[in-house]
Amino acid sequence: MTKTTRRDFIRSVGALGATTSLLSLPVLGHAKAAGGRVVVIGGGFGGATCAGYLRKLSSDIDVTLVERDSTFMTCPFSNAVLGGLYDMDFITHGYDSLRDDHGVKIVHDSAVDIDAGAKKVRLAGGSSLKYDRLVVSPGIDLRWNAIEGYDEAASAVMPHAWKAGEQTAILRKQLEAMPDGGVVIIAPPGNPFRCPPGPYERASLIAHYLKTHKPRSKILIYDAKPNFSKQPLFEQGWAALYPGMIEWISESEGGAIDAVDVRAMTVNPTFGEPQKGDVINVIPPQKAGTIAEVAGLTDDNGWCPVDQRTFESRAQKDIYVIGDASIATPMPKSGFAASSQGKVCATAIVASLAGQDMPEPSYVNTCYSLVGPDYGISVAAVYRLSDGGIAAVQGAGGVSPKDVDPEFRVAESRYAVGWYQSITSDIWG
Amino acid sequence: MQNSNGLLNLIALLAAGLLLAAASHAAELSRGAILAASCEGCHGTGGRSPGAIPAIAGKSADYLVETLESFRSGEKPSTVMGRHVSGYSEDEIRQIAEYFSRQK
Repeated sequence: MTKTTRRDFIRSVGALGATTSLLSLPVLGHAKAAGGRVVVIGGGFGGATCAGYLRKLSSDIDVTLVERDSTFMTCPFSNAVLGGLYDMDFITHGYDSLRDDHGVKIVHDSAVDIDAGAKKVRLAGGSSLKYDRLVVSPGIDLRWNAIEGYDEAASAVMPHAWKAGEQTAILRKQLEAMPDGGVVIIAPPGNPFRCPPGPYERASLIAHYLKTHKPRSKILIYDAKPNFSKQPLFEQGWAALYPGMIEWISESEGGAIDAVDVRAMTVNPTFGEPQKGDVINVIPPQKAGTIAEVAGLTDDNGWCPVDQRTFESRAQKDIYVIGDASIATPMPKSGFAASSQGKVCATAIVASLAGQDMPEPSYVNTCYSLVGPDYGISVAAVYRLSDGGIAAVQGAGGVSPKDVDPEFRVAESRYAVGWYQSITSDIWG
Repeated sequence: MQNSNGLLNLIALLAAGLLLAAASHAAELSRGAILAASCEGCHGTGGRSPGAIPAIAGKSADYLVETLESFRSGEKPSTVMGRHVSGYSEDEIRQIAEYFSRQK
């Protein structure tokens, strides 16, 4: 609960000295929205970060966060829940700190439409919210029926678990119920999708559970891609920790699936024989969350083009899109990236409302994956603005080294947990 | 503070308020703050890490610069920091270090 104190502010004023100018006078009063009204849709890594940082950067701005659920369950570390390392409580976060410590107004409702002309968000509950600036951070929605037979009803039988919560619990229960010697199928989609290393961390931590409890079982990864994130590191880790347990079938080996049969419990590859599984985790193709589509913020591929300096939508003025829904390439669709974008976007909005130029942005991503409880690997990148777009800084970033002592993997597994504790407390308190 | 009635107190409060407002606009919307925000994703808000990642709040700027530069050169071994520090100029490292040196 340590926050920037008033004394810190005064000290920073002292440091600034004479260069500080008095920018706006009516700032003392508690008049609502003296600095403008911002509505943020979505309380995940992007939206919750942005809402909190807007208030940290300017307490004059009236910030309302619209989030459907009373708590948020993170996709990061949901694989560790599947592997039995943590329970659901560990990945569950609330909005009290944003409300009580930062003065963000929390509205538990769903945005159903955006009137960009009137600058209003319509909520499912019937009310509307006016805004000066709107941040849309809806995450992903799943493309039902992109794989034949895989619709929302099918996800109760073959969970995607690509939004954490009930889906995570279903998949965990199925793994617990599966007999020793069973087959688990994980079917990741083609790019782009949320959390590029996620399916392979999932395979790893499910393997950890199976090795401990059901050692005769197998995991088959039916992949729509020819390669995957941190592949050499994952494969090295699998060989060391779970020899023979995980088999990856690439697209060219018939890994891409175009249909599922929930009755027969099979996946159908684009070529080759249907494969039966005891537990089947289908991670279907994705698109920006529905509200982005409804509001006309998406392109033909279903994602949202933005000005990568500010994250303002290319389609609508004064509407910003951050996180998985936005096109922020080369940044991956990760929780860390969404949070980084939330900070840049908050800075852009505060500057815009104050009529100032924003400082040059800086962005970062660090994704830890647990191959086992004591075996962590990472990928990192630093990004800056170049020719108006986000570019990875050459010579920086990259993945963990391949051939290192076990202590290195242990250290990164501890840092993975440390990262999670830091970022979730930075966002949700 | 809400209960202060004296004129002097009020003036002081107004002055502090104006300074605070100026600070919240001018001090926080800095390149240093936006650079440091990247670090907070792992090192915690204001560098106050609650877990296994080293806390950096309130460390001296010189110490932070020295440590980061030794990660850059490889003189000090690291898991991920060498990969991060290579993404920033010396001047940016200094701004990041100054930012965290001011945190408590």
